[in-house]
Amino acid sequence: MSVRHALLALLSDGPKYGLQLRQEFEAKTGEVWPLNVGQVYTTLQRLERDGLVESDDAETDGPQKGFRITAAGHGELMGWLRTPGGDDAPPRDELVIKVLVAMTVPGVDVAELLQVHRRHLLQTMQRYTRLKESAAEDDLGLALVADAEIFRLEAVVRWLDAADVRLKRFPPAPAAAPAAPAPEAERRAEPAARRPRRTLGVRS
Amino acid sequence: MSAVLELRRVSKVYGSGPSEVQALRSVDLTVKAGELVAIMGPSGSGKSTLLTIAGTLEDASSGEVLITGAPVSTLSKNERASLRRRSIGYVFQDFNLLAGLTALENVTLPMELDGLAGKAARAAGIEALRRFDLADKAGRYPDELSGGERQRVAIARAIAGDRRLLLADEPTGALDSVNGEAVMRLVRAACRDGVAGVIVTHDAQLASWADRIVFIRDGRIVDQTAPPPGPESLLTPGATA
Repeated sequence: MSVRHALLALLSDGPKYGLQLRQEFEAKTGEVWPLNVGQVYTTLQRLERDGLVESDDAETDGPQKGFRITAAGHGELMGWLRTPGGDDAPPRDELVIKVLVAMTVPGVDVAELLQVHRRHLLQTMQRYTRLKESAAEDDLGLALVADAEIFRLEAVVRWLDAADVRLKRFPPAPAAAPAAPAPEAERRAEPAARRPRRTLGVRS
Repeated sequence: MSAVLELRRVSKVYGSGPSEVQALRSVDLTVKAGELVAIMGPSGSGKSTLLTIAGTLEDASSGEVLITGAPVSTLSKNERASLRRRSIGYVFQDFNLLAGLTALENVTLPMELDGLAGKAARAAGIEALRRFDLADKAGRYPDELSGGERQRVAIARAIAGDRRLLLADEPTGALDSVNGEAVMRLVRAACRDGVAGVIVTHDAQLASWADRIVFIRDGRIVDQTAPPPGPESLLTPGATA
């Protein structure tokens, strides 16, 4: 999450003090993402250095120093809002890697492993649902933040469910015991049918 | 809190010989008054069978089902029918409202069938609709209500009177997530008032409303969630500059 752009957004409806920015940030994100004062001032200093905000008085620091967004800051904010989140290339997902690895490790019950992760994810979803339930229905900031987390976690649970069904239909062959190194001649030979590499520009 | 529903080593077998299907295998489950439990599992895992047996709509092949402490197997056919009308409320994905009856008539019908005088049933029905913010829709027919309103009427019907056990099969399956949430808030409120709730679903978002999630696989309970810590545990610094 970009605190830098969140602060620019908060300044877009008028000049504010640092402390005020912190309070508004927390209120507008349903207090799910607490922010310390140090983070606010460090970020404001960087924004000022980059010419995206300007302050009342360059001499004084502290809670009474007001900040306002510059035209360049406004341009930066508008550009950021419209920039895609970079979800088109798959990230290196730790859970996917764990499940792929588990299929190759002797003695691992992959279905049981999927359940361990499913339970953990659902417990986290329960906590976000409680958070939403305990807040007023019209607390829009909190509802949007909680929904985002719940939908994200739900997508992972759905992936686990699909993996479960696939593994049941096509159980992976049991992992073989470690084999002795192949003879030199075999190692040099090309595999008969090498599959083409399939890449999607995976992000690390 | 006392147990409203208890399943003790419940098994269910359909068919025999080579076509035999073991739908439930020695299932133990207790749901207390005020508790909402979600049963989660893939298609064919036995979760809907569990719900129909818990609702006395079907008999277990072995094991025991107790509702408010009474073993269902000792009840006569009529006593069971009465238990279903008085103590158990059912909610289905497709609402199952009678199209020719108004919202209020849909809610009062089971109570009237159970012998409650029309006036008393009407008062209980209006109270149930009022709780679900539907008092002004009492005279509407199902096709004059939105999907969310129809499901709220179905839940009002399920908990009207003195029902103790609410059984729901994918109750928000036909609704968008925000309307589904409104329905689940009402189910939670009913549970806070002392109803025991059981929801079967494969939807993680719906299950996350439960106090406890029980995972079923191949007719067996394989796992369940621990009591969740409070939502305050989420309020940890996570922002980055």
